[in-house]
Amino acid sequence: MDVSSVSILTEWDIVAARQMGRSEAKTIGFGAVDQARITTAISELARNIYLYAEQGSVTIGRFEKDGKVGIRVIAEDQGPGIGDVQLVLQDGYSSSYGLGAGLPGVKRLMDEFDIQTEVGEGTKITIVKWLS
Amino acid sequence: MIQPKVPILKLKNCLIISIQWELDDATALQFQQDVLKKIHETNARGVVIDLTALDFIDSFIARILDEVIQMAGMMGAKVALTGIQPPIAITLVELGIELSDVLTALDLESGLDRLQQELEG
Repeated sequence: MDVSSVSILTEWDIVAARQMGRSEAKTIGFGAVDQARITTAISELARNIYLYAEQGSVTIGRFEKDGKVGIRVIAEDQGPGIGDVQLVLQDGYSSSYGLGAGLPGVKRLMDEFDIQTEVGEGTKITIVKWLS
Repeated sequence: MIQPKVPILKLKNCLIISIQWELDDATALQFQQDVLKKIHETNARGVVIDLTALDFIDSFIARILDEVIQMAGMMGAKVALTGIQPPIAITLVELGIELSDVLTALDLESGLDRLQQELEG
């Protein structure tokens, strides 16, 4: 399956990741509203990596499951990890810096959301939007 | 990679800004400073920021805009946001982002009109 990946090291890479996401979403056939949702979600995840983990990667590609077609984005880092996952997934939660809309916002923009995280090991967030 | 600055025009007592390309973080922060500096220099009482060309706004850009609205308010200038496209309105609400009390209008022209009414009224 075709996937592209961007390393997130500087704030310019946030721009690169969302541009890649927008172009991939367009290619798969998403409309303007879903393109905006996908681009925004990627921007939030890439910024989280840049702010909290310093480096990581965002991998974007066409995704098929059970006859459905969509886009899958994997944001991965070897940063500090998240201690209390339930807390950061609570609506209205945002980090003490007040940056970013937080993960609940990203979850609402997408159809599927999965997070795996370990303190001291890193975080892997997988999001999917289905073409409907 | 250096992005050009966002141009800020003055018309009567208003500043007119049209954001024409996707802003990176540094350009957005520069834009924020430039708007405030220009309000100070020109004594502008209104600011119209047109977002027609943007196809997405993430929480960072939204926060920059929200801060501009608040900071301009402290300096006595009222901000109107114009041209917010449907996908942006939808994603901002879904993300859970709220903008401070701000005038909005569908396009630049009606934004300027509303701002003028507000300033005269």
